[in-house]
Amino acid sequence: MKLIKDYELVCGLEVHVELATSTKIFCSCPTTFGAEPNTQCCPVCTGMPGALPVLNRQVVDYAVMAGLATNCRIAGYSKQDRKNYFYPDLPKAYQISQYDLPLCEGGYLEIETEEGKKRIGITRIHIEEDAGKLIHDVRYGTMIDCNRCGVPLIEIVSEPDIRSAEEAVAYVKKLRAVIMYTGVSDCRMNEGSLRCDVNLSVRKKGSEKFGTRTEMKNINSFTFIREAIEYEYKRQVEILEAGGAVVQETRRYDSETGETYSMRTKENANDYRYFPDPDLPPVILTDKEVDALGKAIPRLPDERKAYYTEKYGLSEYDAELLTENKRAADYFESVAEATDYPKLAANMMISELFALLPPDLDEVSIPIEPIHIAALATMAGEGTINSSVAKKLLRRIYETDSDPVKMVEQEGLAQINDAVLLKKYVDEAVAADTKSVTAYKAGNTKAAKAIMGKVMAMTGGRGNPAVINELLEAALLKL
Amino acid sequence: MKDILKLTVTELSLKLAKRELSSKEVTEAYLRQIADRDERIGAYITVCDGEAIDSAERVDAKRAEGDKLSPLAGIPVGIKDNICTRGLRTTCASRMLKAFVPPYDATVVERLHALGTVTLGKLNMDEFAMGSTTESSYFKKTRNPRSIEYVPGGSSGGSAAAVAADEAPFSLGSDTGGSIRQPASFCGVVGMKPTYGSVSRYGLIAFASSLDQIGPMTKNVCDNALVLNAITGHDRRDATSVSREYGDFTEELALGVKGMKLGLPDEFFGEGINGEVKEAVLGAAKVYERMGAEIVPVSIKMLDYALPAYYVISSAEASSNLARFDGVRYGYRSESYSDITELYKNSRSEGFGTEVKRRIMLGTFALSSGYYDAYYKKALQVRTLVMNDFARVFERCDCILAPVSPTTAYKLGEKSASPLEMYMGDIYTVPVNIAGIPSLSLPCGTDKKGLPIGMQLIGKAFSEATLYRVGNAYETECGVYHLLREGEQYEAY
Ligand SMILES: [Zn+2]
Repeated sequence: MKLIKDYELVCGLEVHVELATSTKIFCSCPTTFGAEPNTQCCPVCTGMPGALPVLNRQVVDYAVMAGLATNCRIAGYSKQDRKNYFYPDLPKAYQISQYDLPLCEGGYLEIETEEGKKRIGITRIHIEEDAGKLIHDVRYGTMIDCNRCGVPLIEIVSEPDIRSAEEAVAYVKKLRAVIMYTGVSDCRMNEGSLRCDVNLSVRKKGSEKFGTRTEMKNINSFTFIREAIEYEYKRQVEILEAGGAVVQETRRYDSETGETYSMRTKENANDYRYFPDPDLPPVILTDKEVDALGKAIPRLPDERKAYYTEKYGLSEYDAELLTENKRAADYFESVAEATDYPKLAANMMISELFALLPPDLDEVSIPIEPIHIAALATMAGEGTINSSVAKKLLRRIYETDSDPVKMVEQEGLAQINDAVLLKKYVDEAVAADTKSVTAYKAGNTKAAKAIMGKVMAMTGGRGNPAVINELLEAALLKL
Repeated sequence: MKDILKLTVTELSLKLAKRELSSKEVTEAYLRQIADRDERIGAYITVCDGEAIDSAERVDAKRAEGDKLSPLAGIPVGIKDNICTRGLRTTCASRMLKAFVPPYDATVVERLHALGTVTLGKLNMDEFAMGSTTESSYFKKTRNPRSIEYVPGGSSGGSAAAVAADEAPFSLGSDTGGSIRQPASFCGVVGMKPTYGSVSRYGLIAFASSLDQIGPMTKNVCDNALVLNAITGHDRRDATSVSREYGDFTEELALGVKGMKLGLPDEFFGEGINGEVKEAVLGAAKVYERMGAEIVPVSIKMLDYALPAYYVISSAEASSNLARFDGVRYGYRSESYSDITELYKNSRSEGFGTEVKRRIMLGTFALSSGYYDAYYKKALQVRTLVMNDFARVFERCDCILAPVSPTTAYKLGEKSASPLEMYMGDIYTVPVNIAGIPSLSLPCGTDKKGLPIGMQLIGKAFSEATLYRVGNAYETECGVYHLLREGEQYEAY
């Protein structure tokens, strides 16, 4: 579509992240995912008359850590407000959130784009409670599960700095990585512990003024974020090109069709009548408390990336891959500490280990002791084993973890570097494979590979490839 | 022996300890009184005879075994029906909650039970504590035991009437804008609105969260201090509860008022006050002077603004607090609805009474976008000014002496036609809630119709012990109103 080039997409995201506290934000009910409906609730989180909320201080601590990790200012004084609206999944008919004095403000994250690094501003981060879940059943009608009521959330509101679907995805990926590094949330998108609202408008390129925006709520995968943005962008441009006007409204993204549908226009929008919750005193944080929380944050992806490229000589690309996920980065660091060949270990992880692991590393732990990968890297680096043996061993210890040094000893997998022995194999192979030799002589250099493979087979895969290659080249030249 | 029903909590406590009386005897005497009188008075919404006898017997058994018991052990109590009682219907005097049985006790109830009190039943009130006459109850009208054609005041009208009619030796009420003090004054009993944050609100069905406070209603000042001792204290289930050393409220009771300074605020004796009320309160000031206190003129300039600020803040909070009564999870649900919006609308329209709906609409309006700054925010600013006024006054005196209500009790039906006129009756009580400070209401006379007149002693935050001391001095001098013989007047009169 040619016209789309004249327009610029303007997008801001509101990301809801469920905090990994063991109890809810205003009561001591557990937050475990997947429990039987209404087994994790009490008078407080079901909004019974007379029950009162008491803030779980760990929620504040976690939110502050998320704020510090995203370069926000932390408010020494913030308050909690009631957002009033009627909905059956909201037992008190108001959600306790933060309105004009949020906990964190004015942060940013850096993302990689085609044009290089870009800063996405973070307007604010505030704490709030989740609502319940409605279960629609043909027999019984609509039922309410209050297990989620009062599960602690932070809402991270970005500036409208995002200009493409790619940037939006890169931002959410980065945000997710950073949050997971802090350990304040597991950010499981499939369980809804990270959900995204997309605010989007378009404007003519070069224009300073923002267009009318629409909001798409509760998008919970990177693919859907991309699709929803692309669809909505196109929809808005088409309206403007046809001489129409975009209506300010909330739209629902349907992941089945990849389209968005109108849910609620501005005229029907709720007046939430925010006011300070009189049941809850202001949240006070001293500089000392904030400092202590800052110290509790582990090193974040960007810092680790710089360290890996500098100390271990990894490429930017490899370092990025290793730091996208904290579990992988932590694992790599344990491996790197135990070997003199960290770069080799990094390559093994990226090209072999990651291929064996499921795509979402958050769900599983790596089933190999880091020292075993380190031992493999050391043996390979020192020439004790060749790379194909290393590869095979890695696959085997992935299935049943054991010490590769012992395996090499017990199974005699050590690399054969003995030139006399290898020359014997080379000569035998050359003599046996006249077909490949003829082809080689006719100029087909690839034919040498076939002979090479046969030599390797004769060594049981343990021959030193460099030595074999040298001997083979010499043997072929002599013919 | 003096009639059981005429014994104060302090006297009952002694007799129970000495085993001159059993809790069962006392409880039975009160249940008999309720059976005899309550049809006329209408103080109770729910009476729990069986359970009351059972718990009285349990306390008696413990005492027989020689267990060390608290001063309140075995003493019956009536509880306002907006305070949650586990397994015992708690209605807020509303159709909305007419069948609501809480699965939990309010903290104050838990505390009283732990001390061994015996719950007689749940007391009538204005619906959701909104009103000053107890006429807005969905269930019944309560009558003033001092004169049956008059209202007992409100919203804790049942709590005041029960004590005045000897249907309970003491009761719990709640005070958002005068709901303990005004009925105490109308019924001639003693009521305390404690410092905000000193008594847990957990389990008190909220009207206006930043103003509500539970307090005791008793025959005399000494009993009141004893009960407040039992219900005060930090509660980790209420984030607005204040953690501090509260001390013993009975400690200063006998110290007298010699050398104390009592402030008399001009504004509380201005236009609109009934002459007899004014005379009685000024008479009390004379009594204090006679006892060696100094009366100093003081000024609460913001008095006129406190009332509208109170109605904005309390209605705003109420509109949000009462939103949970939507017919979805518990409480009244309309029979007729075809979708969720209709279920909400019809349940709330049918479940709430007129006054409650009026306040919800008032509060919703005050919080609406575009009006917030003009109403709610302004009211919060007034609140700060009122607090400052009181703080200045307390630099000059130990406590304030003022009337509780501009008039004595109204006739039934007299004010129900004019909400605004009824709201005006709260003018002297609401500033105390706005400022979060304590105030003790106690009788100081009777008008020509024989209706009690109340005065209030207002102190700075956490000065309850001082207020009890000043109140007790008056009772020591003039007698306990509730225990005066028929036709007998205060000496000062
Ligand atoms: Zn709960």
